[in-house]
Amino acid sequence: MSFINYSAREINCKIVYYGPGLCGKTTNLQFIYNRTNPEVKGKMISLATETERTLFFDFLPLALGEIRGFKTRFHLYTVPGQVFYDASRKLILKGVDGVVFVADSQVERMEANMESLDNLRVNLAEQGYDLDKIPFVMQYNKRDVPNAAPLDELRKLLNPTDSIPDFEACATKGTGVFETLKSSAKMILKDLRSMSR
Amino acid sequence: MMNNSLVMYDEDYRKLLAIIQRLVQDATAKGVFLVDTNGQMVADAGEMEGIDTTSLASLTAGNIAASSGLAKIIGEEEFPTHFHQGQRDNLFITLVANRIILVVVFDERSSLGLVRLRVKKAGVQVAQIFEEIRKKAEQEQASGGGSPFSEITDDDIDNLFSE
Repeated sequence: MSFINYSAREINCKIVYYGPGLCGKTTNLQFIYNRTNPEVKGKMISLATETERTLFFDFLPLALGEIRGFKTRFHLYTVPGQVFYDASRKLILKGVDGVVFVADSQVERMEANMESLDNLRVNLAEQGYDLDKIPFVMQYNKRDVPNAAPLDELRKLLNPTDSIPDFEACATKGTGVFETLKSSAKMILKDLRSMSR
Repeated sequence: MMNNSLVMYDEDYRKLLAIIQRLVQDATAKGVFLVDTNGQMVADAGEMEGIDTTSLASLTAGNIAASSGLAKIIGEEEFPTHFHQGQRDNLFITLVANRIILVVVFDERSSLGLVRLRVKKAGVQVAQIFEEIRKKAEQEQASGGGSPFSEITDDDIDNLFSE
């Protein structure tokens, strides 16, 4: 749920990065944080365990510029990917404007991808959202690993109707990271426009 | 409709600001913050200049969301107030009308009792303003206008991302 503040002339939106454990959600945010100018970003917060697994969420505020005199700000969140953190994942989806699903390309993670995608659909539905109706972008991460599944196979499983914008990525090097973010932000703004008409 | 925005006009913002500025004085607080339960900073007042309000908002909302989840697990509806005691500064956090979070930062110049008392009154006033905002949003939705987004073009959006 976006927040439009006429007094500060600001529009704030929330993007949540979802996906199975160790798929690269936090790495996406870290890359964005490292490659954006200081005046554009706020502090990145990571609530992680001692072994750097996300415990609750990561948070990165970004200012993308102005539209018709309104500053557009995007708040990026990740969820903890590990299956048993489901209660926390539900909380982070509250008030979401758009979701990025980060899929792990490794063949042996296909089941985890499918399970996480199902979990996303269920958790969104609990909050009253329909995954097919909200701005949703798919990222196939870790394309550079030797055991990566072919793109066709990933698409068949995760984007069978080809209705979701999807991107190949290697988040550690940054490939596809900004393309994914831009696509999500654009979809959110277009969605807000269509709702206000 | 799930995804309707929280729209805050200047007039509402000024009213909220006046309430929390008064609360700073009445409670002898260092700072007062109004945070949306989704993690957006709505308004702030007091002497805490330079503090990272964006992070404060996000973490406060996360904190409230987690406690609310905990409450439900043990069969409570909500834990509407939270108190965090520090060595110098303390935090008093209240969930107002299940929608907005009132955060008060105070030190030894004030006391928990005073803050609690003043927050009670301010919370009612804040709830009233948010009820007005909700009604206004409903009216606007019914009349089908009001958002700055209705006028933007694809070019406006694309320009935002031009390198």
